[in-house]
Amino acid sequence: MKSHVIVFPGSNCDRDVAVAIEKISGSAPEMIWHKNTSIEHSDLIIVPGGFSYGDYLRCGAIASTSPIMHVVVQKAKAGVPVIGICNGFQILIETSLLDGALIRNNSLSFICRDIHIKAENSTSIFTKNNIIAKMPIAHNEGNYFASTETLKKIKDHDQIAFRYCDEHGVVNEQANPNGSMENIAGILNDTKNVLGLMPHPERAIEINLGGDDGKHIFESVLN
Amino acid sequence: MTSTWIHKTEQSLVESHGLKHAEFDNIVKGLGREPNLTELGIFSAMWNEHCSYKSSKFWLKKLPTTGERVVQGPGENAGVIDIDDGDVAVFKMESHNHPSYIEPYQGAATGVGGILRDIFTMGARPVANLNALRFGEPSHPKTKHLLAGVVEGIGGYGNCIGIPTVGGEVNFHPSYNGNILVNAMTVGIAKKDKIFYSAAAGIGNPVVYVGSKTGRDGIHGATMASAEFDDDSEDKKPTVQVGDPFTEKLLLEACLELMKEEAIIAIQDMGAAGLTSSSIEMASKGNVGLEIDLTKVPMRASNMTAYELMLSESQERMLMVIDPAKEDMARKIFKKWDLEFEVIGRVTDTKNLVLNMHGKEEACIPINILVEDAPEYQRDYTISEPTKDYTIDPNSLNAETIVDDLIKMISHPNLCSRRWIWEQYDHMVMADTIVRPGSDAAVVRVHGTNKAIAMSTDCSPTYCKHNSFEGGKHAVVETWRNLIASGALPIAITDCMNFGNPEKPEIMGQFVECIRGMTEACSALNYPVVSGNVSLYNETNGEGIYPTPAIGGVGLIKNIEKTKTIAFKKIDSAIYLIGKTEGHLGNSHYLSIVQNQEIGSTPIINLDEELKNGKFILELVNKDLILSSHDVGEGGLLVAATEMSMSSGIGVSINTERKNHAYYFGEDQGRYLVEVDAADEQKFKQVAEDHKITIELIGRTIDAYLMIQDIGKVSVKDLKSESEKWFPNFTR
Repeated sequence: MKSHVIVFPGSNCDRDVAVAIEKISGSAPEMIWHKNTSIEHSDLIIVPGGFSYGDYLRCGAIASTSPIMHVVVQKAKAGVPVIGICNGFQILIETSLLDGALIRNNSLSFICRDIHIKAENSTSIFTKNNIIAKMPIAHNEGNYFASTETLKKIKDHDQIAFRYCDEHGVVNEQANPNGSMENIAGILNDTKNVLGLMPHPERAIEINLGGDDGKHIFESVLN
Repeated sequence: MTSTWIHKTEQSLVESHGLKHAEFDNIVKGLGREPNLTELGIFSAMWNEHCSYKSSKFWLKKLPTTGERVVQGPGENAGVIDIDDGDVAVFKMESHNHPSYIEPYQGAATGVGGILRDIFTMGARPVANLNALRFGEPSHPKTKHLLAGVVEGIGGYGNCIGIPTVGGEVNFHPSYNGNILVNAMTVGIAKKDKIFYSAAAGIGNPVVYVGSKTGRDGIHGATMASAEFDDDSEDKKPTVQVGDPFTEKLLLEACLELMKEEAIIAIQDMGAAGLTSSSIEMASKGNVGLEIDLTKVPMRASNMTAYELMLSESQERMLMVIDPAKEDMARKIFKKWDLEFEVIGRVTDTKNLVLNMHGKEEACIPINILVEDAPEYQRDYTISEPTKDYTIDPNSLNAETIVDDLIKMISHPNLCSRRWIWEQYDHMVMADTIVRPGSDAAVVRVHGTNKAIAMSTDCSPTYCKHNSFEGGKHAVVETWRNLIASGALPIAITDCMNFGNPEKPEIMGQFVECIRGMTEACSALNYPVVSGNVSLYNETNGEGIYPTPAIGGVGLIKNIEKTKTIAFKKIDSAIYLIGKTEGHLGNSHYLSIVQNQEIGSTPIINLDEELKNGKFILELVNKDLILSSHDVGEGGLLVAATEMSMSSGIGVSINTERKNHAYYFGEDQGRYLVEVDAADEQKFKQVAEDHKITIELIGRTIDAYLMIQDIGKVSVKDLKSESEKWFPNFTR
């Protein structure tokens, strides 16, 4: 199992993801600098959270044009599993690997706290462990938005990976932390090998950190 | 007093640089001539209160600063303590009060940026940010704007750079209406044998500038920070620096990458007074001279003068002396991170600071005049009598109001839940946060190990105002207690001394007494001061703030499994109160919140009892005899019990002999509440007896309700919603 974590200037969850992958799979991922122009064989590419390029211009916009992202897009189109977490999700949207947009939280504030998500698609490689999971969010721009046509398309193609829910798995307004359309917390591309999600599974891999539900996502794709 | 004022330099120019006539005389005497404008600016920057500690130095020397775990005490960029296994914790707290009042977002953000640089300058990776914030009364027209801006600024910087903001404190009092306090603390982890210092060495070695370009922002920031405010203070906006956490993140990674190589001889961040203080600090510590070609300084604006370059407080910059053989390698690392890297000068043996620009000498100042001849004052002081106690007729208070009073207290801005604040801070990035905000201390694991550091910031300004000696003691002890309650061995503190105008004897008296109280507490608890900062002239229109010696304490948890939080863990545990309760209502939150009166005496701390009770708690932690623990502080016993319930959702049934306001809301010191598993009660009582500890069974945990026998009950859910509504409603 060979995995890679992309590192942009301003990435700050790269180490956390690397620790999580090593803990779960037993082998450490290779860290790939944003100026690199190639990735060798990969079984999983992770675009981690943070503030790539300071979130200047628009979250993820500058990172999406970096040399390494051209490689990531090619790999994704060739079927390599790719996960974008938080800022990584924003970057994947900016590359058009994923549909829709992530706009400012409806509270207009940064939000860091535990939320629950529910897997809405149990057939993808990321969501085989059909779960209700508790894990943290930490973002300013995680409010998922899509046009009516796009929303219809991702629903018709079963591309919604996760929705925000309460601890019992009920999807409702109170459980929506940021105003996301239809409580969407994560989506897939139409070939289901690319996942973007706002919550941070890498911060929920052991009880000492407040929970280990995040493991399910990594285990689903790594094992 | 007759002035020897006979100089050609305009008197108004000297005054506008914040220098006194006698100080100017000393400059002329030292130089043997009058300074030019650039030199005057440099003296002004070095000799202001903020950089020179001229009013406080004499007193700060009295604080205990040594201990078996102290690796580096005050005097460097930050303090360093030993946390076993070759690891050290590096930490400091610093004020950014004046800039934050003028421009709350940028003021607070650059406060965080500045303290972060102090930590990674020493070779430590920052792992936790904390803060201590004071705002004016909520009804003051500026409070809402300042609160929202400061919180957003702290979050904006810390979240972006990816260092968790794990703890802090905030309170509201009219004395801060025109002068808020923003104190930021950072803790970092390094290896004991890889700590970096600022002493320049090696004649001829290159002086390297790295980081952001220099602009005109923040010129004279440190001088502004050393002056009182008036109604026109907002005109000072141009002296507030603008932060760029993204660049700081690059600077952090580049510096830590270079620090792995044997290339850096000395390193100093450019904080207050920028290039001036960093270059002089390095030269002075190394007892050498520096020659700098200012033309080489990377500039953001065109036509910058020597004066502007030396006094700019542009952020995210560092000065280093490096091994010339490693110059190319070092340059490569900074280029990789897209940062400026320029050799701007050399170390010399002249012991002078020489500045050249376009081939012309712009300044030549002997370093020793700037540093050793810096003014030091023993200012006059008068010590105010501590406020007398106030006796309250126990019969005048109807016990039936206790539940309502409790709800008033836990929903008041000074005691209510701070969730609205900490949810705006990323407190989990780096994935080592073991105890999140809202407990007694924040706990962050040392990455890759099974040990952790515990951290807490604290101060009770009303205690300090009404009895500065006891208030100073209390601020130190409160952090110590928070660490103990979390299961940590307290090691050392950083202090951030916020006071009014030291030229007023009563303000200086507050300072002197707070220091005396802190000294006594630090000595008794073996809990030395390893770093700190002084912020004076916190006044607006002649009104000083309450004395606010904010303390940041750091402790060690050797095994994270032993960590304690305030949250009740299960139903049917026994809840014990540790320590003696007389029912001290003077100067309490009950009086200020419910009775709307700030009267009575500050409670007295018995340091022997304090030490005894603290050691007892640690023994209980060691023997696994307690499930949760919480220090009994602001608001007293009932507020502490309520916090333990709200934190867990588990209720408590309280049945005590005394059932009055003084017992439930008194702020007697040296106390803790602990949760003991029913199966461990006998063992627990035995240990208490062995150590002659005063314990009192106050009740048992139950499902979802806070019940006070014979008085009333309320659901934990309702308490929680009362406690959490103030901040969101206020800032809406």
